[in-house]
Amino acid sequence: MSTDDRFAGSFEERVAERPVGVANEIIGGPVSDWATDFDHTVDEWANDPYPLIEDLRRRCPVAHTDRYGGAWLPTRHEDVAAVAYDTERFTSRSIVMGNFRPPREIAPIGGAPPISSDPPFHHGARRLLLPAFAPQVIARLEPGARAYCDELLEALEGRDVVDAAAEYAQHIPVRVIADMLGFPQEDADLFRGFVHDVLEGVNEPIESRFANMQGLFGYLMDQINDHVANPRDDLTTFLIEAEMDGRKLDASHVVGTLVLLLLAGIDTTWSAIGASLWHLAKTPSDRERLVAEPELMPTAMEELLRAYAPVTMARLVREDMDWNGCPMKADDWILLSFPAANRDPEVFADADRVMIDREVNRHAAFGLGIHRCLGSHLARMELRVALEAWLDRFPRFSLADPAAVTWSPGQVRGPRRLPIAIAR
Amino acid sequence: MRVHVDQEICQGHGRCYSLAPELFEPDEIGNGIEIGDGTVPAGLEDAARKAALNCPERAITIEEGP
Repeated sequence: MSTDDRFAGSFEERVAERPVGVANEIIGGPVSDWATDFDHTVDEWANDPYPLIEDLRRRCPVAHTDRYGGAWLPTRHEDVAAVAYDTERFTSRSIVMGNFRPPREIAPIGGAPPISSDPPFHHGARRLLLPAFAPQVIARLEPGARAYCDELLEALEGRDVVDAAAEYAQHIPVRVIADMLGFPQEDADLFRGFVHDVLEGVNEPIESRFANMQGLFGYLMDQINDHVANPRDDLTTFLIEAEMDGRKLDASHVVGTLVLLLLAGIDTTWSAIGASLWHLAKTPSDRERLVAEPELMPTAMEELLRAYAPVTMARLVREDMDWNGCPMKADDWILLSFPAANRDPEVFADADRVMIDREVNRHAAFGLGIHRCLGSHLARMELRVALEAWLDRFPRFSLADPAAVTWSPGQVRGPRRLPIAIAR
Repeated sequence: MRVHVDQEICQGHGRCYSLAPELFEPDEIGNGIEIGDGTVPAGLEDAARKAALNCPERAITIEEGP
């Protein structure tokens, strides 16, 4: 059995070597004014952020909050794009807004490269991963994904009401990414727990967040050491053996990238599949048209991604500055809302209307600039296959109980409970 | 008509080669590149315009011509 010294030592030892970050007071409770006290984790936002965003776009258009130690929320497409493109003044050192800022010293690599990385380090770390996520490589995963969707749907046959989020959408990306990383399928519940801790648990006490991260890192170290001992044809072995600038990656780079690859594709894709099925369930005309005209799937998919973009990113302000009249302080958060950008009437005609045949659709659901979602080709494949398989099997369906639908809070938004009535 | 993808601007969203596979293809990292010298065969002008209009990064230029 082989070993690799890079991956020896415990999580506690590794953390002890790192410089400390900064925690702020956690502020909860109802939002007093969305322009000056916004909070993307409250139910009002999770349930339907779009009227709030529209109001802010007219009134501000950049909202502020003292929560999370200070944060800004641009709502116009132009401003979201400007922040995404400006990697000089906005750093990706942390991309999940919470009550803890990692130390400045972790830039330009960050905790989960390359999403947490800034130039110039970012380029090489991203370049390393791009070929594995290129569309011609992802296409090879399609037959397996389709078979898995059919298997999930087969199990729902005969039922009048199913939960399309919990019994269908959530399983698809977990299965796909576990295969790509070479992690056990049986650990799916564990993965969803990690996703919840990292992305939805942002207002949990810092101590319990660290404890959760410890669980995640411990799990990944076990997987890495298992791959060191038994190399195989998957992304984990690829990362262990990969080289950048002629040397193997640091352990923190390997672990951080695995955190990214494991977590980033799960609730995001699950949210996109769920939101799309939610829309079709509540909009019979679109559902019927898509069933009758399956060639509309490409435009329909892009439109559903635009209208219900699941992902919001975050940045940190690098230095004190005035930005378009906003007095930004170093280490203020920016909530980079691609959902807000995608509903800006300056860029999209009838922005609040879903048109499944919209032909001009320059949406930003997968981000803009150098951090364009690495897994976008994978996500699109999964979304298309999941919708095609569902529509083939259950062409007639509706919301069983619109009031029972729940949406995830925080930076990844999608249905978490989605009872759908299936007509036979 | 000719199309061109500016490789300095392209981030590999892949909208062009999905919408107009006759005119664009992915390279090994998923960035879009025009096929051949970018000349648009007759009948594909609309596909070329649609690809340009859907590029989130505005990386595609169209040279109108005979």
